[in-house]
Amino acid sequence: MTPENQRVVITGMGWVTPLGTSIDDAWNKLLDAQSAIAPVTRFDASTCATNFAAEVEDFSLHDHLGDRADAHAHAGLGTQFALAATKAAWTMARLDTAPPNLKRTGIYLGAGEGVLDYPPYMAANIAGWDSETRKLDPVAWITKAYEGMKPIAEVEQEPQLASTHIAAELGTMGPTLNCMTACAASTQAIGEAFEIIRRGDADIMIAGGCHSMIHPLGMTGFMRLTAMSTRRDEPQTASRPFDLSRDGFVMGEGAGIIILESLASAKARGANILAEVAGFGSTADAYRITDIHPDGKGGAGAMSAALAQAGIDPKATDDTGRPLVHYISAHGTGTQENDKTESNGVRSVFGNLAPQVPFSSIKSMMGHLIQAAGAVELITCIQAIQTGIIPPTANLHDLDPACGLDHVPNEPRDENHRGGVEVCLSNSFGFGGQNDTLCLRKYKD
Amino acid sequence: MRPRIVITGLGPVCSIGIGIEPFWEALLEGRSALAPIEAFDASAYRPKLAGEVREVKIRDFVPKSYRKATKVMARDTELAVIAAKLAAQDAKLITRGSEDTETGFAPDLTRIGCQIGAGLIAADTEELSRAVVSAKDDNGEFSMEKWGTESTEQGTGESGMNNLPPLWLLKYLPNMLACHVTIIHGLEGPSNTIMGAEASAILSIGESARVIERGSADLCFTGGAESRLNPLGLLRWDYCGRLADTADATDGSTITKPYDPDSKGGIIGEAGGMLVIENENHAQARNATIYAIISGFGAAQTPPPVFPGVFDEPESDPIDRGLEAAIESALADADLTADDIDLIIPMGIGVPSLDAMEMGALRRVFADRLDQIACFTLAHLVGNTMAGHGGLMTAAGAKCIQTQRLPAHIAQPQPDAINHVLICSGSLGGQSGALVLSKPQ
Repeated sequence: MTPENQRVVITGMGWVTPLGTSIDDAWNKLLDAQSAIAPVTRFDASTCATNFAAEVEDFSLHDHLGDRADAHAHAGLGTQFALAATKAAWTMARLDTAPPNLKRTGIYLGAGEGVLDYPPYMAANIAGWDSETRKLDPVAWITKAYEGMKPIAEVEQEPQLASTHIAAELGTMGPTLNCMTACAASTQAIGEAFEIIRRGDADIMIAGGCHSMIHPLGMTGFMRLTAMSTRRDEPQTASRPFDLSRDGFVMGEGAGIIILESLASAKARGANILAEVAGFGSTADAYRITDIHPDGKGGAGAMSAALAQAGIDPKATDDTGRPLVHYISAHGTGTQENDKTESNGVRSVFGNLAPQVPFSSIKSMMGHLIQAAGAVELITCIQAIQTGIIPPTANLHDLDPACGLDHVPNEPRDENHRGGVEVCLSNSFGFGGQNDTLCLRKYKD
Repeated sequence: MRPRIVITGLGPVCSIGIGIEPFWEALLEGRSALAPIEAFDASAYRPKLAGEVREVKIRDFVPKSYRKATKVMARDTELAVIAAKLAAQDAKLITRGSEDTETGFAPDLTRIGCQIGAGLIAADTEELSRAVVSAKDDNGEFSMEKWGTESTEQGTGESGMNNLPPLWLLKYLPNMLACHVTIIHGLEGPSNTIMGAEASAILSIGESARVIERGSADLCFTGGAESRLNPLGLLRWDYCGRLADTADATDGSTITKPYDPDSKGGIIGEAGGMLVIENENHAQARNATIYAIISGFGAAQTPPPVFPGVFDEPESDPIDRGLEAAIESALADADLTADDIDLIIPMGIGVPSLDAMEMGALRRVFADRLDQIACFTLAHLVGNTMAGHGGLMTAAGAKCIQTQRLPAHIAQPQPDAINHVLICSGSLGGQSGALVLSKPQ
């Protein structure tokens, strides 16, 4: 039996998502297969090939932090999402009323870069272009930049400042790191935070991620890669993971934060335990910067490593013939390549049992939260364990046989008749072949 | 028993040297290389000097089949790739990235991890400007409507964003440093990209050591790399309040004076600082040269944000509490006390208020003995190379242990023996890290 100081449990969670900031409300919308995808309002995207996204609506940090929000007024949007999600998680874990040993409390985020300060930045880019030489004139560029670009707006784009703000808000002094492993970042952050507690370097870790790329150049980058859906006439149903008609992912934004804690610490303070982190796997494809290894071996390696650490045999069943993994939260972006290779990876790990493991993608409803996606999806796994219900893949009407697994189409799946949901995997894969998987287990003493 | 982690390959790339031998020679001679920026015309910036890496071509450091992919590498990625190649060569490893003529040990690539500290990468200003000017409105301002490619009455549907290359975004993702390194060398183990400004590489090296300790890999490519020698990158770092106004100076060696209240400020540098570290058993089994043991790692956070020039100046308590906590936990992790340390390699970036906080933390840990311990810094020689810096500091510390020598111009008494070296850094965001390197038995 693993000693209690090496078992890691989750005692709080919070999120800011395109479907809302309350755990229950957004969860119910997911079970309802509601879509948060609509035309972009943040900027004029009318002439963009992808003119829609899943935006967080009506967000004000004041609603979450009250007057404390003033201290973070200059923080970037992603950082503000993270502060709100942290507040909810910290409160749920009841750490607000009885603060822990702050030297033993750390932070590990997969926070993305901030949003560019467009008007002065674009003005400098225009002023800097010498139309005669067709080259940049750095003197003209910096002259204009010094006029309009502000120090605080630039500094706040540094991704690690999300953790700095959280530490400043809560006074934490433990190990504090930020990783940027693209779309895998917040899954990786949670996995690495789990390892930090397991090795005894902290008792409590605030872990997760935040990001918003719903801004002109953020969207541009993915449009140039032709990675996003261009279903301009049907934005609400544009995100179609595993469906034959899928044509790319849909951009989302937000934050997901969980409180990880050693079981010893959680027990000592009588915390309510939501789930246990049982395993973490991380691999690199080492293949190409643009493509996933076609047989999905990197993703399979991450799933296998997480399962091995959890001591779960993916090819075994319980007495009733049910696979031991009850749900896989897919990376499931809705690009042709991802969904196929990820399904291949699941097939290679679970063998003949693969079609029996529910494997759905909530990106069909709230889009792809990029660096925040993994943490938000892990929270849906916690919810699945807590409620016994699996969220669906929306917009799945014409299953691609190359995916061809149990993708829980369009309707949630209530598993309570057969013992609920006890073990989940959550997959996140990033550009350049970064693969991370977390294994969650229902907490049992 | 906890596995011991050892350093077996060093790949520093910075303005004073490319590769461990030139780098170490420059340190022994006390050379600095801080000169007017050549990467672009920086004459209108406040800071105009830098520790710049010159005369290296990325094409010479990748396999022939990979040369095409160098087009999508930002400068940061080039530095990481070059440094990783040199570290692998120094460690006598044969990977997919090795030349046919090289000889050495071919490891199990599924058991090799890669953790690289990185910074925020700015888009190439010239490339972006060229595209942006194609989407100006009648007032000469950027028009999102013209930037989009779907034609409307106003938009032509012809220019705008399509002036950017299709893979444009992939050049600027910070994880591309690790991605290119893993692809070139074929490293399939755990990979990570850690961003904590100056502390990035120390945190990455510490995390790599933990990855090996927990058995997830036998060997890791680790360290960091960063370059902000481009129009937006330099502006951002200038705005962080860490760089001196270098006015008309052409030689940076007199501007940054570590721990001197009269120091004019920091100078920027660019670097790749990559290492090969591995499980001691793995190193011994392949008869690798062991420079040093990574015997301790600690990380912590300084609670209040301290960004001079942007937020408040440091308050009355001139102690970097996060750095102090990181050092204390690295010492505890190494099962050592402050009395055991023979050499300290801190940041000393030359911003008096920040140097004072760093010295405050060291004073808390070492008390009066601080004045008797040898101590040296690199920022006044190569510039503050940010995410690359910890890799350079660790390479320098490893060489001190291996050769039992110190760089030139160390004021403090020379130690009788260099058994334990402390390497530590705070950072822009308050993330702090510390490593203890020890002499192999």
